[in-house]
Amino acid sequence: MPSSPTVRVSLIFLAIALVGLLFADIAVTTSNPWRDLGNFLFGIATPNFFSTEGLMTALLRTVAFAFVGVALGSVAGFLMALAYRSLPVRIFCAFIRAIHELFWALIFLQFFGFHPLTGVLAIAIPYAGIFAKVYSEILEEADPESGRVLPPGTGNISAFLYARIPDCWAKMRTYTAYRLECGLRSSAILGFVGLPTLGFYLEASFSQGLYSDAGAMLILFYVLIATMPLWVRPKLLPVYVLGAPFFLGEGLPIVWGNVQRFFTEDIVPAPLRNGEGLTGLTPWLSDLMINEAMPGIWNTLVLTQIALVATGILSLLAFPLISNHFGGPIRRNAGHVVLVIARSTPEYILAYILLQLWGPSMLPAVVALALHNGGIIGHLIGRQTNAIKLRADAAEGFNRYSWELVPRVYRSFLAFLFYRWEIIMRETAILGILGIYTLGFYVDSAIQNIRFDRAMVLILITALLNIGIDTLGRYIRRKLALQTMPTC
Amino acid sequence: MATPVIWKLMLSCFFCFTAAAASAETLVFTAIPDEDETKLVERFRGVADYLSEQLNVDVRYIPVKSYAAAVSAFRNNQVQLAWFGGLSGVQARRLVPGSEAIAQGVEDEAFETYFIANTNTGIEPAAELSALKDQLQGKTFTFGSKGSTSGRLMPEFYVRDTFNAKPDDFFSRVGFSGNHTRTLRLVEAGTYDVGALNFQVWEKELADGNINTDAVQVIWKTPHYPDYQWTIRGDVDERFGDGFKQRVTEALLNLDNPELLESFPRSGFIPAANADYEPIRKTAQEIGILD
Repeated sequence: MPSSPTVRVSLIFLAIALVGLLFADIAVTTSNPWRDLGNFLFGIATPNFFSTEGLMTALLRTVAFAFVGVALGSVAGFLMALAYRSLPVRIFCAFIRAIHELFWALIFLQFFGFHPLTGVLAIAIPYAGIFAKVYSEILEEADPESGRVLPPGTGNISAFLYARIPDCWAKMRTYTAYRLECGLRSSAILGFVGLPTLGFYLEASFSQGLYSDAGAMLILFYVLIATMPLWVRPKLLPVYVLGAPFFLGEGLPIVWGNVQRFFTEDIVPAPLRNGEGLTGLTPWLSDLMINEAMPGIWNTLVLTQIALVATGILSLLAFPLISNHFGGPIRRNAGHVVLVIARSTPEYILAYILLQLWGPSMLPAVVALALHNGGIIGHLIGRQTNAIKLRADAAEGFNRYSWELVPRVYRSFLAFLFYRWEIIMRETAILGILGIYTLGFYVDSAIQNIRFDRAMVLILITALLNIGIDTLGRYIRRKLALQTMPTC
Repeated sequence: MATPVIWKLMLSCFFCFTAAAASAETLVFTAIPDEDETKLVERFRGVADYLSEQLNVDVRYIPVKSYAAAVSAFRNNQVQLAWFGGLSGVQARRLVPGSEAIAQGVEDEAFETYFIANTNTGIEPAAELSALKDQLQGKTFTFGSKGSTSGRLMPEFYVRDTFNAKPDDFFSRVGFSGNHTRTLRLVEAGTYDVGALNFQVWEKELADGNINTDAVQVIWKTPHYPDYQWTIRGDVDERFGDGFKQRVTEALLNLDNPELLESFPRSGFIPAANADYEPIRKTAQEIGILD
């Protein structure tokens, strides 16, 4: 066994993934995947921007939901960050962020229906949990010196506002802006479950094989994200945040009785609802565990581990694309475009596209997760290598890559990878909605059969699994003394 | 700090929304997303215009992304009328006491599911499903939507009944394509060897020349069962005035615009009752997708 702990951990994870491959369902089941892929790429090359009258509205709604959701999430997250030392708050935050936006949307759809609140809360709630964690970390790290020089008798609030906030402001702003980009992605995919954002039309075009229409939507989405630095200006932000609620669309009115019914009837386990009492609960629960939860957990874990290692390999292969240490500016710019596209496309959309092209198996999911997450980590690592100064006589080409750069960035690479472990698992679970047999598949099936009691138990299991992975990831990062900054 | 102000403003915005949206008195209806969305939107906008003209109220169609979303919207009173399949109708009427099946297509009294196969599999049509056992075993198979009657419930029932096995165990891979058009396309393209779909979708696509009959063919037809129907909530009379349910029913039964009927495709609508769907409920209970 190699003595370096980072290498040892890497090899252990590689081994787990290889064993997972033996059990995983990896296959291309379409008879002509390359023709379909060709049709799709041809569609992107010949975009049709005038397919749907609603396209521009959908784009506007995508932005509006993102702004309102992220704004609400950041305010709530900030308030919770102030109380983050309390264990119940920490547990609460871990719990709400362990449930994916799409699951939240599926839950709210059941009682708010197609009201804008469904989409807004689906983004705001998990984001609040993430904001609370990251803001509290930023506040923790603030230099305490400025607080010590305040005159005695300064109130807590004044001390906080004048000594702590100024030190953290820049970091919090950067992170919030970054989350806004994530918010746009989340907002777009909410369309897949019926909210009026981009995903709604994207799903419709894809499922009908209208690749030129879908291509146009994807291009508009990339342009929207790539031009964010131009249109998201600090001075314009208040205008956006105040204006956004007016562009969410009307949706359909909320019937408040539904909310009560959902919590007092729908999610009560069927045996209790039908008065069978606790004796009926045991067979109900064991049926659920054996036939749905267990296979779901197993597939989710297998897929997560394979996708994690695939992400790692892809990140290591991708970072030279944007690194100063290789190639000229033209190639680097091309590399930037490739990585921007890879990381701006939500995994869910990538997986959806690949599933259409290759047919259902874990393969499209692995590739989608690896492309998206590998794009993000590759970008971060690549940027890091640009700060490295090599000796003038350092090795060139492959030797430079393997002996000079990779060893220097390997620790932060692992840090990012383990940070994203939990994120990859959350996505893996949700990809089940697309037909891969992870937990999301069983959640979706329960909802399709109008069995919200089962759906809620399965969502709860998903959340606990996620919290477990998050804790394990943090433990490993601490053991290996890996430092990281948050990514989404 | 500006944050509390922003918070309040945003909250007030939400309340404005809720208030504005609640005042509209519009009949909203939906339909299960069983086919290509473009076709559905076109068809049901036509129906909305027709109903609006007949009933003198604003009528609006909203497209949804899943069968369950259609049922939930109906249950939550966000839509008052819906074009359901057999199973989704049973689910919806169980959840909304007082709701009624008011009209069905002429063809829906005796609906069928077609099992189709890619011709590369070499599976030949048969009169009995049991005759296909050896040829079907171990093939890949796709249903339509998880909540579909013709695309999931009935084919699953016949697979279980005939082969005495769960579809997962009998076939090597089981998928849910999402809707009937996609089932057709996926089997035609060979993504799945075999699939099951709504016979009307097959017949219409065939008549329109949209099927490559060299690539895909029908291998078995199920016995008849009741399927699609219009279902309306019991409380519409209170909301839209006495006799409203009756007027909607009559409007649907009198629908004779050939283009509109062709888009379903149905030759006309006839009266329906909740009891007509009793066989569907029993089947759903039998295979465990209804409690």
